[in-house]
Amino acid sequence: MEVGIVSYGAYIPRFRITPIEIGRVWGQDGKAMAKGLYINSKSVPSPDEDVVTIAIAAARSMMRRVDIDPADIGALYVGSESHPYAVKPSGTVVAEAIEASPLISVADLEFACKAGTAGMQAVMGQVGSGMIRYGVAIGADTSQGAPGDALEYSASAGGAAFLIGSENIIARINSTLSYTTDTPDFWRREGQPYPSHGGRFTGEPAYFKHVGEAAKMMMERMGTSPADYNHVIFHQPNGKFPQRMAKMLGFTDEQLSRGLLPPMIGNTYSGAVPLGLASVLDTASPGDRILMVAYGSGAGSDAFDITVTDTIRHFNLAAAPTVASMLENTREIDYATYAKYRGKILMKG
Amino acid sequence: MPVARFWRDIPSRYNLYGSRCGSCGKIYFPTRHICPECRRSSIGRMESYRLSGKGKVYSYSVVHEAPPQLAVLKPYVVAIVEMDEGVRVTGQLVDVDAEKIDIGMRVEAVLRKIGDEGPSGVIHYGFKFAPVPD
Repeated sequence: MEVGIVSYGAYIPRFRITPIEIGRVWGQDGKAMAKGLYINSKSVPSPDEDVVTIAIAAARSMMRRVDIDPADIGALYVGSESHPYAVKPSGTVVAEAIEASPLISVADLEFACKAGTAGMQAVMGQVGSGMIRYGVAIGADTSQGAPGDALEYSASAGGAAFLIGSENIIARINSTLSYTTDTPDFWRREGQPYPSHGGRFTGEPAYFKHVGEAAKMMMERMGTSPADYNHVIFHQPNGKFPQRMAKMLGFTDEQLSRGLLPPMIGNTYSGAVPLGLASVLDTASPGDRILMVAYGSGAGSDAFDITVTDTIRHFNLAAAPTVASMLENTREIDYATYAKYRGKILMKG
Repeated sequence: MPVARFWRDIPSRYNLYGSRCGSCGKIYFPTRHICPECRRSSIGRMESYRLSGKGKVYSYSVVHEAPPQLAVLKPYVVAIVEMDEGVRVTGQLVDVDAEKIDIGMRVEAVLRKIGDEGPSGVIHYGFKFAPVPD
């Protein structure tokens, strides 16, 4: 049975802060940070936004673009590392908001930055086995870096939702595989507000090893080479890592550019690869082939080989905002406002 | 607000479910169990009705003196939105600067956090309004 993407929706909050502004406050060279990370601004959620509201905005856009009865959705998984509740699934609110309740399997997933693609795989399995007709996988985050930490320059907010099914597919998922090891490059202990990381250890043995291996294994499985793909999307904790990964594997900047969002919005964690895919699909043509490799610290990579189908010609993209439109309608804020919005100021209880 | 009271309102808070009078067809939000125009002839004939979520700004006000829970958002805008179905709904207006709001401006419902019961309490989600993207 063919399984693939039937619809999708994306959401990026409107506020932005620049590395220059963050560096100004912490006595660091923000300009050099921006250049080093290839991040010119990052998205910041409004105080009334969280993973639940971002997931709902993306899921509602996804539903607007197709004429599908939400009651036909049999599973919904929200992947995030910043679920607003430790106990009480984000997905229950999302399912209710798109009126897919109550006959639906819901769970929240966590795998650092790749929980969204892990959800896609879980839903693919259920659709492919005939357990459900449609399933929804969402990757969304409102991640935080500790004030003054290198992560603060990148940790941002956003998400995308994918409706997976076997009918009226706009993009067929030809294959998926995962590469997982115990690699402690980045973590957050229960009850801690900010994550910790292994600094440079997050590069070679973590990101580059897992993404590189998963990409190579996928191309080996499919009998493809970089030249066979129109677009490549790698997890994007910053703009530089995916550029380096692309170069190491033999992909061009042109293949990478459509799905590379960190220069404008930073690292949206579980939202990163899903938003990159949404950005590629927004302007994709039938026949376009996409290699997508997510990465989650801890660590693992999910690789997907995707082919855009003729059905995308009839896809009602205009029914919801495109990624490009959300990159335009922005408002820059200063660090004080950012600190207030992100709860970094100690208020009187 | 007690958990149960808010929970009961989820259909109207998330998806703008109101009522339609089965006798005269008039639409109400929030839900009504009796039509004030048809009175006894509407009893048992009120139907659940979902608003489209789209409408236009009928009037608005910029709030500078906020309750403690909304202090982080101030100044913020509260609008009366005339929904396409004719009924008027009050809600916060987000994602727009106050000086750019016009009477008659097209808006649509979005779902946002509208409050919580403190750091260990339940989070309340509900509709607010945002400008319709171009």
